[in-house]
Parts: sequence; structure tokens; C-alpha cells
Amino acid sequence: MSYSAFSVFRHALTGNRHWPRAWRDPEPKKHYQAIIVGGGGHGLATAYYLAKEHGITNVAVLEKGYLGGGNVGRNTTIIRSNYMLDGNGPFYELGMKLWEKMSLDLNYNVMFSSRGVINLAHSKAQFDAFARRGNSMRLNGIDAELLTREQVREQVPHLDFSEHARFPIFGGLCQPRGGTARHDAVAWGYARAADQLGVDLIQNCEVNGFIREEGAIVGVQTSRGEIRADKIGLAVAGNTSVVAAKAGLERLPIESHVLQAFVTEAYKPFVDTVVTFGAGHFYISQSDKGGLVFGGDLDGYNSYAQRGGMYVAEDVITAGLAIFPQLGRLKLLRNWGGVMDMSMDGSPIICKTETPGLYLNAGWCYGGFKATPASGWCFAHTIARDEPHPLNAAYTLDRFSRGYAIDEKGVGAVPGHH
Amino acid sequence: MIRIDCPQCGVRDYTEFTYGGDATLQRPTSDCDDQIIWHDYVYQRENPRGLLRELWQHSQGCRCWLEVERNTVTHDIQSVQLASGGSVSGGTR
Repeated sequence: MSYSAFSVFRHALTGNRHWPRAWRDPEPKKHYQAIIVGGGGHGLATAYYLAKEHGITNVAVLEKGYLGGGNVGRNTTIIRSNYMLDGNGPFYELGMKLWEKMSLDLNYNVMFSSRGVINLAHSKAQFDAFARRGNSMRLNGIDAELLTREQVREQVPHLDFSEHARFPIFGGLCQPRGGTARHDAVAWGYARAADQLGVDLIQNCEVNGFIREEGAIVGVQTSRGEIRADKIGLAVAGNTSVVAAKAGLERLPIESHVLQAFVTEAYKPFVDTVVTFGAGHFYISQSDKGGLVFGGDLDGYNSYAQRGGMYVAEDVITAGLAIFPQLGRLKLLRNWGGVMDMSMDGSPIICKTETPGLYLNAGWCYGGFKATPASGWCFAHTIARDEPHPLNAAYTLDRFSRGYAIDEKGVGAVPGHH
Repeated sequence: MIRIDCPQCGVRDYTEFTYGGDATLQRPTSDCDDQIIWHDYVYQRENPRGLLRELWQHSQGCRCWLEVERNTVTHDIQSVQLASGGSVSGGTR
């Protein structure tokens, strides 16, 4: 069924007791045209675009837990395309355009809000660097505006503009079209839309191994039996190294690290945009419920634990207090961790592998949530056409050996620093 | 909090240490001109879910580099030794 104001009204009259389930719970078939391993945002988006853009509807998404139980439900929901390098800018901008029409496209309210993303500059040098970034963005057709200190103050009056500020605010770079979305709704919206196009969403189905025939991958062994497919795409984020090793990719340019996120108790409207700190690692926005959602650094060592340490929590909160001293009066409601697939240059991988039948989507670092639609769109194209779209052509596995790393931050091959 | 039993200094919080990453990587000799070997050393990682042999430097203590065997899921530490392979000198700690 299609969701509409009329359906909301009609179901309200019957006490909301008769809503049909949002997607089926099918038994896995013996064979599919394509299997996507990983029922998170990227996997579900890939399945949706395979069906919608390429007419490939005989598709299964295999998820070891429940749909959207990983990073798509653990991030700080920030959406932006303020990238500088050529391989990145146009790709994330495709994502931005898909975000802008996502709710209509999926017939599901993902609560995308173009509330703007402001990066704070704390010195003239940083301001100049932001001018350079902003100009690169505009050359790629992406919106960017330099803000003076007074313009930042107008938009975010509660920042510390006093003379006591440890890191005085010099100005900022704003991407007005950036913003936030309701992250669970993104997973559910893609799941429901893919299901309606005929995609089988198989939950509690862990991939334990791969079936090979004559050097090609032709299926998977799962906790719910053997399932074969012509093409198999991996979209398993933090568990990429584990799953890919079973498919014969023993080593990848990826390390798994834990990243924490935090939310405070609900508070009156306080900040109506996304703000990032320029003198440390901290980013914050306010949810529609009123909770202040924020995050910062990785814990700093390899980790597959979906929880972090108190030391980093303290460090992130300290950075937050440097720009918003008022945060100190709020109670922290929850904090949690997600496992990031940190790549060696901070940029993702969306490509065919050398093994026939196997396709890889990984290395999302901090950027996974905002990339969800573009990642799914490009991965679907790569799987369906057996070649990358020009927008993800730079995201290959062999870019490291060819000397074409896309290192936006310029910190080198230390994944924990991206 | 991860706590590391430094062979020189005793049990300390990990915040006294600097992370050095995967200890199983072998740096190629400086006269090696095989690009694939260098690529594998610089970029490729096993990234195990489970036991990982890794380097930590006790940067706010004795400054020794340590080789630590840690579980990346539970953070349980199985063993700690000096990365140099040497033993602790100068009596007991």
C-alpha cells in the first residue's frame, strides 16, 4: 500500500490497528540473480536501485541480525557533500540530490532537513583553507558559502562568542543544502520500497562461507542454508575484512575502528543547523525530539566492539564544551558505538573484485550515512552493468597500488587518523 | 578501560600508551624495489575480528615499544612483551 495523508487519516479512525506490515518476511529461495550481503542502509539502497534503475528484481538482501541494526542506526545523521577532491565531490553531490527527493521517491518520510552544515574556522589560516575548499566545491557545482564571525553568530547565537572562548571563532564555511535525516527511517524506507519491487529481505541469515565453482563465486552458505546467485555484493561495513576473507580476499586496505556517538536529554530549540568544531574533532546537531546529538574522535585502536571507552567520551565532551559551554548543564542520555570500516585513504571502495561474481562496497570511514543513496545507486550500477559508473570509477581497490589514493585529509595510510 | 601490563612499569591505563597498529607487518628492507611488497606493507591489513598482535608505545611511561596480543572484540589482553624481544633489565619492577 502507498502511504499518504489519506491513509494516515483512515487508519487513525480505526485506532491504527490495521496497518499492514511494511515488508514481507520471505523464506530464502534457492537461487537469485543477485545477493546483497548486509541489510544496512547501503545494502538496502543497493537492492532498491538494482530493482528500480536496472529492472533486476530477483534479488535477496541477507542480514545476520535485523534490518538497520548496524551503523545506519548508530550514526549522528549528518548529510553533506562538502568534499574537495574530484573523486569525492561529484559522488557525494549525487547523494545530496538523491537525499532531496528521497521521501517522495520511497513514499516514506525520512525527515530529511536541509538545515545547513557549518564548519567553524578559528584562525585566519583556517578561514583561508575553508575558502579554498569552498571554491573547489563550487567548481564541482556544490553549494558553499563563507561566513564571517558575525554571520556565524547570526545563525548559531549560542556558540561561545565571549572573550573567554578558548578557541575564538573567526568565521565558517557553510553548506546550506546539507543537514540531517531520520536514520532508521532511511533503512526502513529503502527496505519497504525494495520489498515492494520484489526484493526478498532475509533477516537472521548470517553468511558463513562462499560457494566457488571454477574460480567464480556462485553462492553463499548461510545460517539458513545454501543460496546461489549470479552476482554477490558485499555491503557489510565494519565486518568487511571478516566476510571478504571468507570469499578469498585475505587482506584489504581497511581497519575496523569503533566510533562513539552521544545524545543528551531533550532540550528547547538550541541549534537549528549542524555545527562542526574547527580546533578539535566535534560535530553536533539537535534532533526533532530536542536531544543534542554529537560525536568526535575514534577510540584510536582496532576494535570490533560496538561500544567505546569512557576516556574518548570525556575527550569528545571536552571538545563540545569548548564551543558550547552550556552543554555542561545537560544530562547525557545515551552513548553507543559503531564499527567503522576505516580505509587507508579515508575514501570508500565500490568496485568489482578480481573474483568473478564478487562485488565490494566498503571503506566508509566516517562518511557512510550521508553516502547511503549514492553508494547504493553506484553499487547497483556496478553490479548490474559489470562496470563502475563514472561517479564511482575512482573508488577501486587497486588505486593504492597505482598511486591514486584519494586522501581528502592528507594524513597518509593511517586509517585511524581519517 | 583497557589496561596494559607494561613489563617495565606494571599495569597502566591504555591512555598512557600510543597505538602503533598491527605488529605482524614486516617492513621491507630499504633496498627492496618490488612495488607490490611495499604496497602490501603500507596498505594491506588482515584486520582480524579476534586476537590481534599489535604495537603500543608506553609514551607516558618508560617509552618502550610493546607487542600486545589483544582481542579486538572483548579487549582481553593475552600477552605483553617488549617489541625488541629483549627482557627487562635492572632488577625487578
